[in-house]
Amino acid sequence: MGRIVLEKVVKRFGETEVIPPLDLTIEEGEFAVFVGPSGCGKSTLLRLIAGLEDATEGKVIIDDEDVTQVSPSKRGLAMVFQSYALYPHMTVRKNIAFPMRMAGVPEAEQEEKIAAAANSLNLTDYLDRKPGQLSGGQRQRVAIGRAIVRNPSAFLFDEPLSNLDAALRVGMRLEISEMHKKMQTTMIYVTHDQVEAMTMADKIVVLQAGVIEQVGSPLELYHKPRNKFVAGFIGSPKMNLIDGAEAKKHGAATIGIRPEHIAVSTKANKGAWKGTVGVAEHLGSDTFIHIHGIEGCDPITVRAGGDLEVKHGDTVYLSPDPALIHKFDDAGLRI
Amino acid sequence: MAIVAQSTKFGTYGRPILAWAVAILFFFPIFWLVLTSFKTDADAVKPEFLFFFTPTLDNYANMTENYDYWRFATNSIITSVLATAVALIVGIPAAYAMAFDPSRHTKDILMWMLSTKMLPAAAVLYPMTFLAKGIGIYDTHFVIILVLTLVNLPIVIWMLFTYFKEIPKDIIEAAQMDGINTWGEIKEILIPLAWGGIAATALLTFIFCWNEAYWTVRLTTTEASTLSALIEGNRAPEGLFFGRLSAVSAAAVGPIVVLGWFCQKQLVRGLSFGAVK
Repeated sequence: MGRIVLEKVVKRFGETEVIPPLDLTIEEGEFAVFVGPSGCGKSTLLRLIAGLEDATEGKVIIDDEDVTQVSPSKRGLAMVFQSYALYPHMTVRKNIAFPMRMAGVPEAEQEEKIAAAANSLNLTDYLDRKPGQLSGGQRQRVAIGRAIVRNPSAFLFDEPLSNLDAALRVGMRLEISEMHKKMQTTMIYVTHDQVEAMTMADKIVVLQAGVIEQVGSPLELYHKPRNKFVAGFIGSPKMNLIDGAEAKKHGAATIGIRPEHIAVSTKANKGAWKGTVGVAEHLGSDTFIHIHGIEGCDPITVRAGGDLEVKHGDTVYLSPDPALIHKFDDAGLRI
Repeated sequence: MAIVAQSTKFGTYGRPILAWAVAILFFFPIFWLVLTSFKTDADAVKPEFLFFFTPTLDNYANMTENYDYWRFATNSIITSVLATAVALIVGIPAAYAMAFDPSRHTKDILMWMLSTKMLPAAAVLYPMTFLAKGIGIYDTHFVIILVLTLVNLPIVIWMLFTYFKEIPKDIIEAAQMDGINTWGEIKEILIPLAWGGIAATALLTFIFCWNEAYWTVRLTTTEASTLSALIEGNRAPEGLFFGRLSAVSAAAVGPIVVLGWFCQKQLVRGLSFGAVK
C-alpha cells in the first residue's frame, strides 16, 4: 500500500502556472524527498498529493485509484506540518486520539494505540499536557504520533524540522529515518535542506520553478547530476562551477568539480591552478578553504584535511581529480 | 537617552493622569444620571450643580408602578439575546467560509456588508415600517429580533472574520487530513480556538442590541417595546421630568453596565488581542 503516481499534473493559481505538466511515481515503501530552493513548488506538489490543493489538470493516483477529486480525509494519507499544526486547546492525548476519534475507532483501541505511539516517541509523561507546554521537538513528536496512529498508506512531511534548532534537527532526522525503516511505509518529505535530502532519501526529486530537474538516488544525484542546477544544489559545500578558458580545455561550456575532489598543496608549482587563500574555515575534521585568483570561478572552494594549516593570504596550488570533473554544455546539461 | 527619560516620566505621571481624566470625562454623565435619579423632579431641574440633597426612591417606585418596567425589561432581554444568538448562528459559518475558503469576491462582499452600515437608518424607515405593518409583524418580538440581527450582522461577520483569520490555516488543514467534516471543523476547532473573539463579539452585539433605539422605538407601540422605547416614552407630554427620566434611564443602562463590568476582561482581551495568540 502507498504507491503514488502523478500523471500530467498541472497547478495554476489564476494566471500563474506554479507546476507545469509533471509526471512522477513514488513506489510503495519508498522514502522520497522533494528538494529545491524556496518557491520551487515542492510544498505545492505535496499539498496536491494531500488533496489540500486541487490539481488544475492531470491525475493523482494512490494505489491505482484516481483520487484527484477525493477529499484529503479520504485519501488515507497523514501529514506532518512545518508548524506542527497541533490543536492548541487539546491535550497531547486528545491530539493523538483526534484522527482515530474522527474515524470512529473504539475507545479501548484508541487508548492502546496512544500508549504505543507515546511510548515509541517518548511522550508518555506528557500525555496530559497541552501543546503550549511542550518544546519544539516534543511538539513535532506529537504531530508524528498523530500521523502514526492512523496507519496511513503514506506519510507526508512538509519541512517538519525547519522550526527546530540544529542539534535537535539531526536527532529528529535519525528518528524519522528509523521510523521509516521499521514501518516500511511510503514517506514523502519536503525540504529545502539538501543534507536532509541526501541523508534520508531513497529517492530525491530535485525541483526548480515547478519543474523536476532530476529524480534519482542520493548518490546518483551526487555523481551524475543531470545539469548545472542539480550539480550546484546537491552536495555541501557546493560544487565549484568553472566557466571560460579552463572549461574549454575540457571541451565544455562549464566544468564542475566538487570541493572534496580537489587536492591542495602549499608547495610551489605543485598543481594545475594557483590561487590565494581568502577565508579558511577550520572545522577540525575538515578545512573549507575559499581561494581567489582562479579564472572562471571566484572564489573556488576546496575541502581539505583538518590538519592543513593555511591562513588568509597564503598562496596555494590546486589539482582537481581529472576523473571527477563534470562537464556541462551551453544549455547547462551534462555532457 | 533623552527620549527614554521623557517617556518614563510620561509613563509614571502623565499617562495615569490622562487615563483618569478620560475615565472621569466618560463616567461623569453616568454618575450624574444616577445621582439625578434619586432627586425629586423639583431638585432635578435646579440649574446649579446640586451634589447634596435629600435622596428619594419615588422615581423608581413610580417607574415600576406606573410604567411596567419589568415588561419592557423582559422585551429587551428577549430581543437582545435572540438577536445576538441569530446573528452568531448566521455570522459564524459566514465568517468561517470567508476566512478559510475565500473566493475572489470575498473582499467585495465584506466591503459591501460594511457599506450597508453607511446607509442612514432613516432612509429605509418608511419601507421597513410599511413592510412590517403590511405583513403583520409590526410591534412583535419577531420584527425587532429580525431588524436587530440584520443591523448588527455586518459588524458580527467582520469581527468574527478577523478573529478567524488569526487561526493558522495549518490547524484547519491538519483537521481536514485527520478526517473532519465541515461542521466538525466549526465545532471542534474553530469555536474552541476563537472562543475569546466569539465571546467579545457576542457581548458587543448584545450591548448594541440592548442600546438600539431607532428601530425599537419606531417599529413597536406597546407589545414588543424595549427599555430604550421606555426612555423615549418618558418624554411626557406634560414636559420633561428629569428625575423620573433619569431613573428610567439608569434602570435601562444598569443591566448592561453590570454585564460590561463583569465581562470587561474578556471584552478588552477579545477586542485587542484576537483569538489565538
